[in-house]
Amino acid sequence: MTFAPAPGLATAAATPVAPPDALLTRLDPRLRVGAALAFALLVAALSSLAALGAALASALALMALSGLAPRATLRRMAAMDGFILIMLILLPFTTPGAPIATLPGGLTASQQGLHLAIDIALTANAVILMLMVLVGTMDPVTLGHALGRLRVPAALVHLMLFTVRYIEVLRAEQARMRQAMKARGFRPRTDLHTLRSLGYLVGMLLVRAFERSERILQAMKCRGFTGHLPLLDDMRLRRADLCFALAFAALLTALAGLELGLVRIA
Amino acid sequence: MHIVDGAVSGPIVAAGALLSAGGIALGLRAMTLDRIPTAGVLAASFFVASLIHVPVGPSSVHLILNGLAGLVLGWAAFPALFVGLVLQAVFFGFGGVTVLGINTLAIALPAVLIGAALRPLIAGAGPARAAVLGGIGGAGALALTGVVIAAALALTGAGFVPAAKLVLVAHLPVMVIEGLLTAAAVGLLHRVRPDLFTALATS
Repeated sequence: MTFAPAPGLATAAATPVAPPDALLTRLDPRLRVGAALAFALLVAALSSLAALGAALASALALMALSGLAPRATLRRMAAMDGFILIMLILLPFTTPGAPIATLPGGLTASQQGLHLAIDIALTANAVILMLMVLVGTMDPVTLGHALGRLRVPAALVHLMLFTVRYIEVLRAEQARMRQAMKARGFRPRTDLHTLRSLGYLVGMLLVRAFERSERILQAMKCRGFTGHLPLLDDMRLRRADLCFALAFAALLTALAGLELGLVRIA
Repeated sequence: MHIVDGAVSGPIVAAGALLSAGGIALGLRAMTLDRIPTAGVLAASFFVASLIHVPVGPSSVHLILNGLAGLVLGWAAFPALFVGLVLQAVFFGFGGVTVLGINTLAIALPAVLIGAALRPLIAGAGPARAAVLGGIGGAGALALTGVVIAAALALTGAGFVPAAKLVLVAHLPVMVIEGLLTAAAVGLLHRVRPDLFTALATS
């Protein structure tokens, strides 16, 4: 199965696409999706900082095997919405518990609050990094096929495949319209004119997308589209996949052991 | 607005996942064969639109446009916005995995509600009135998104309440921006392709 990496998302996200010969990218896509989900569910349930630290460390270690560009990936991992960052800073002061420090204003930081903030930061970064490492290194089309093979409803898979297919097309359309606006002297500012112009841009983007979708549907009907897209059939578990599955299960067990105090880091 | 993994409690995560799964199922049922390409291409355009940044003073905000998505997509907004969130998490590192449900709910539920409430009114309105209704829809959807996220945080624990209040306040300027921008977009769509409001939304 050699799909050219879909340029669409790659350019939209400037995704550092992994080289196809990296160790992880040869594994069965279904296994990678399943492993990332299992990791996310387990890590979200962890609260021991040792276990969470080990989870983040294991995601970092796998990143080295994935062929992803480390700097861009880590920057993306650490980026969060402003309100989450502010929440993390606030939490030590807003959570009741044993005081550990007092600010000049009389604000008291609690040990429980600090623990909670670190817990959330470690969880969020470990889970999203593991997702980018295991699944983000996949061609988006392959991801769609893997989800289909994992019994995600066909309509949802088709919707995703169409979305992935047309993101790049519409991004280029949008870039063309922006270029035309720029040529006419449009500079985005904080004013009503900017909002109206960008609103028209979004409106025109939708109109063109809609007209394009009508043409796509006609073309597909011409070719006998009955609502069924064939899925790639050559996903099968090989020896390397079994080895990875066992190693990953051992990792998850070790993380659970750390959480429960059964395993200790020397 | 993306909640990250670990930021809300287990019951909230589970409730978000269940409710979103229900919304997605309803959306998929409304999406008949003929509508899948249209829904997919429109989902892609909302994804592209969310990459547009609007300058706000020295900083900038990116668009969400869930009100407009609801007006155009109806219940299909649930699966369409879910796909967008999955792609953002996997390829951009925004948001999270276990919180996909609550994040989908926060964006798609307001979209569907606004769409159901305002679409019939817009269809029968003149251009100026349609734009005003679109503005109300754009701002209203964002306000509801803020309420869902704030509620998810506040229900997680007392320590999260100040952050929840902050989320509500932070949504106010974005509401104004999205409202005005959606008003312009709806005004244009109403003049150019009024059938866009009925192509997918009628079920």
